[in-house]
Amino acid sequence: MKRKLVVIGSGMASGRALEHLLEADPDGWDVTLFNAEPRGNYNRIMLSPVLSGEKSYAEIVTHDDDWYATRGITCRFGEKVVSIDRQAKTVTGENGTVEYDKLMFATGSSPFIIPCPGHDLPGVIAYRDLDDTNAMIEASGKPGGRAVVIGGGLLGLEAAAGLRLRGMEVTVLHLAGHLMERQLDPAAGYLLQKDLESRGITVLTQASTKEITGKDGAEMVRLEDGTELPADLVVMAVGIRPQVQLAKDTGLAVGKGIHVDDQMITSDEDILAVGECIEHQGAIFGLVAPLYDQAKVAAATLLDEEAAFKQRQLSTKLKVTGVDLFSAGDFAEGEGREDIVYRDPARGIYKRLVIEEERLIGAVMYGDTADGNWFFGLIKDGTDISEMRETLIFGPAYQGGGTQADPLAAVAALPDDAEICGCNGVCKGQIVKAIEGGATSLGDVKAQTKASASCGTCTGLVEQVLAATLGDDFKMPEAQPICGCTDLSHEDVRRLIKARELKSQPAVWQELGWTTPNGCHTCRPAVNFYLLADWPLEYKDDPQSRFVNERNHANIQKDGTYSVMPRMWGGMTDANELRAIADAADKYGATVKVTGGQRIDLLGVKKEDLPLIWGDLNAAGMVSGHAYTKGLRTVKTCVGKDWCRFGTQDSTGLGIKLEKRLWGSWTPHKVKLGVSGCPRNCAEATCKDVGIVCVDSGYQIGVGGAAGMDVKEVERLVDVRTEEEAIEWVVAFVQLYREHAKYLDRPYKWLAKVGLDWVQEVLADATERAALMERFDLSQSVYQKDPWAERATPETRRQYEPMADLTLEAAE
Amino acid sequence: MSWTDIGSLDEIPVRGARRVKTRAGCIALFRTDEDEVFATSATCAHRGGPLDEGIVHGRKVTCPLHNWVYSLESGEAQGADEGSIATYPVRIDAGRVLLDLSSLEAHAAA
Repeated sequence: MKRKLVVIGSGMASGRALEHLLEADPDGWDVTLFNAEPRGNYNRIMLSPVLSGEKSYAEIVTHDDDWYATRGITCRFGEKVVSIDRQAKTVTGENGTVEYDKLMFATGSSPFIIPCPGHDLPGVIAYRDLDDTNAMIEASGKPGGRAVVIGGGLLGLEAAAGLRLRGMEVTVLHLAGHLMERQLDPAAGYLLQKDLESRGITVLTQASTKEITGKDGAEMVRLEDGTELPADLVVMAVGIRPQVQLAKDTGLAVGKGIHVDDQMITSDEDILAVGECIEHQGAIFGLVAPLYDQAKVAAATLLDEEAAFKQRQLSTKLKVTGVDLFSAGDFAEGEGREDIVYRDPARGIYKRLVIEEERLIGAVMYGDTADGNWFFGLIKDGTDISEMRETLIFGPAYQGGGTQADPLAAVAALPDDAEICGCNGVCKGQIVKAIEGGATSLGDVKAQTKASASCGTCTGLVEQVLAATLGDDFKMPEAQPICGCTDLSHEDVRRLIKARELKSQPAVWQELGWTTPNGCHTCRPAVNFYLLADWPLEYKDDPQSRFVNERNHANIQKDGTYSVMPRMWGGMTDANELRAIADAADKYGATVKVTGGQRIDLLGVKKEDLPLIWGDLNAAGMVSGHAYTKGLRTVKTCVGKDWCRFGTQDSTGLGIKLEKRLWGSWTPHKVKLGVSGCPRNCAEATCKDVGIVCVDSGYQIGVGGAAGMDVKEVERLVDVRTEEEAIEWVVAFVQLYREHAKYLDRPYKWLAKVGLDWVQEVLADATERAALMERFDLSQSVYQKDPWAERATPETRRQYEPMADLTLEAAE
Repeated sequence: MSWTDIGSLDEIPVRGARRVKTRAGCIALFRTDEDEVFATSATCAHRGGPLDEGIVHGRKVTCPLHNWVYSLESGEAQGADEGSIATYPVRIDAGRVLLDLSSLEAHAAA
């Protein structure tokens, strides 16, 4: 007599289980198959090609009506199961009751819907089944339609790519810092994001959805940070959860999913479960490989054969045409784990292998995944890789002797008309010609062609041309790398940030091949500065890449308290400001010190009091004195011709004007100015970064002075007649320094590298000065804001307080 | 184990840290770029610098006073510097940061 099997859910797991079962025992079973969807089994993982139009639904059907009919399966599609009676062993559907000897749950999973306001509006859909896919195809039919996909995992990205191919404007929102964070490390996630962006898909990471609004349907997605994205279609693809309600109602043991043992048997020995609805040893499943394993085991169990389901290593591929991505195993960083990384940013290739105890445990590949399965095999088999470690990353073809990449190949491959020195318009061909004519050193090339004779940022390139042309006859000088995270020098990084238009930290880390995930305390502040100096509008300053003083807008002292210094324009103050400073000193218990830059410093302020004292000083009309920044510090002045019998010009007035123009700007290192009203130089202007000495005929502008570790007198940049010209030259000089100097080089150090001649030559051109001023003012439109006013808030105060105080609780 | 809810993960800046005061001294809670959380003593073994004010990079932090670098996992000073700071069990559950106080009490008693 045939045994009665009832299956609830017709998906990929139960479909495969039925195949195995009926193949082994074609006449032993009387099968009834319920499915909530009004259709049989199709290949769900191929929905993405259906969405993108690369396949049709008919092509992805795995079991058609004929298949069910020939096996005598009673199909109850489109009918929901209402209840199960485990005592009587019956299943009741909407259209009647059926008995079972064995019952199999394959109820799958349901998409997780973010319960934000508006999630139930028409036009907000999940991406799970054919109906969702059809809804997306229909929505994409509207010309100029806009879609927002929430979730940057496998499914979300496949949906995004499909919708884009169908002509929609697509934005992907992802909560984590990089795409597919469970399958990819940040480096590969970044490359993937770039690839998607090049296809016209906008990607926003760390984007948290607040609400979806609209009248009769979705019209707008609003993020927590206030960003508003117009949307005709919102696709939620943030995850799945096992569909367990029916199992729960039936009284089966249920955790995250339906609990099963190694034989796929639930807490009721006559009921099995397979697929995305189950929980096995704490894990739930979303990829197809383990589902097929489960199907095989379930069929064996029904046939009273011995079989056990074992979880195994998984690999992932993204099904977006043209995107090559592979990940397998475990690739989190950890104690005792080592990375082998291969990067070829120009070709968009990234490979990372994670090794633990001489065994490969994880692999992430992007751009070139041809060796993915070979690596996956090594992971699964736990192969000892110590013998092939040196060449492992190059894949199976290189085992037994590989070739080394030539670091000069890129330069050697440049055409002759490639420009090497932008300042002097020198091409590679001219340099090669000079070398062929006898030049053998950087100095020779410089003298003969002027290449690298100006700002010097192309020095490395010129040296590489020398090396590529002369071969072994040229010995490359050791370039000083920024730090251990990179082999590149500051000059190289600055040049590449401009040339390759790198506008974010991840762009720098990835494209320039950083060896650490996000730099270190040496390189990150430098890169943060280079980015904000070159891309003031596109790049946003990152406080977490700043030294504590710049992050907290106050100077940390050795006991962990801070000093607070309000700005006094040109060193001028008045009785009201002094009263407010005195009151603040009393209120916050501060020590008062007069500084060398003509300011008053309040020392010993507690961190949590900073927003309060700022608020008090703001109320008296004072702003931050930026005593803590690599930026404009002070403009020291003398009283000038208003008071002094020797004064020739209004030095105080000019000092105030300069300070008002320059404050708030970030520079490679601190910048101090001085303006003296006569050559007696009471403001000590001649040892400042920029020092102006007023004379009867106008203004002498000196630059590159120092009075710190080194003591240096300024060199004369120019003499000008009017105050207006003086301001113009100073602003243009500061901007040139911002654009070219190495981080932490004061102007005198920078000038020693590029030469005063070059600076004078650039600034002598009135058009160039105007352009520099324009770029400076653009940056100031973003950065000339009082950081105190922005932070004298209860919110900042909360952030500056300890996150929690457990001293009280612990005492209880 | 006695897990104590310290607050929401959102309160710690990414690649940043926050301070927690305890009877056994101040603890720094670090959040990495990858949204992992680590808890260590907030006091540098060198000159007592506030580590919660340091720059967080990878799974390391650099003390703001004299650039000592510590592994957040092991608490060991990196490179040529020798010393270590205490580390404490911490985990994230549903966006909340939980710190194990039992180990704290043990440190306090020790």
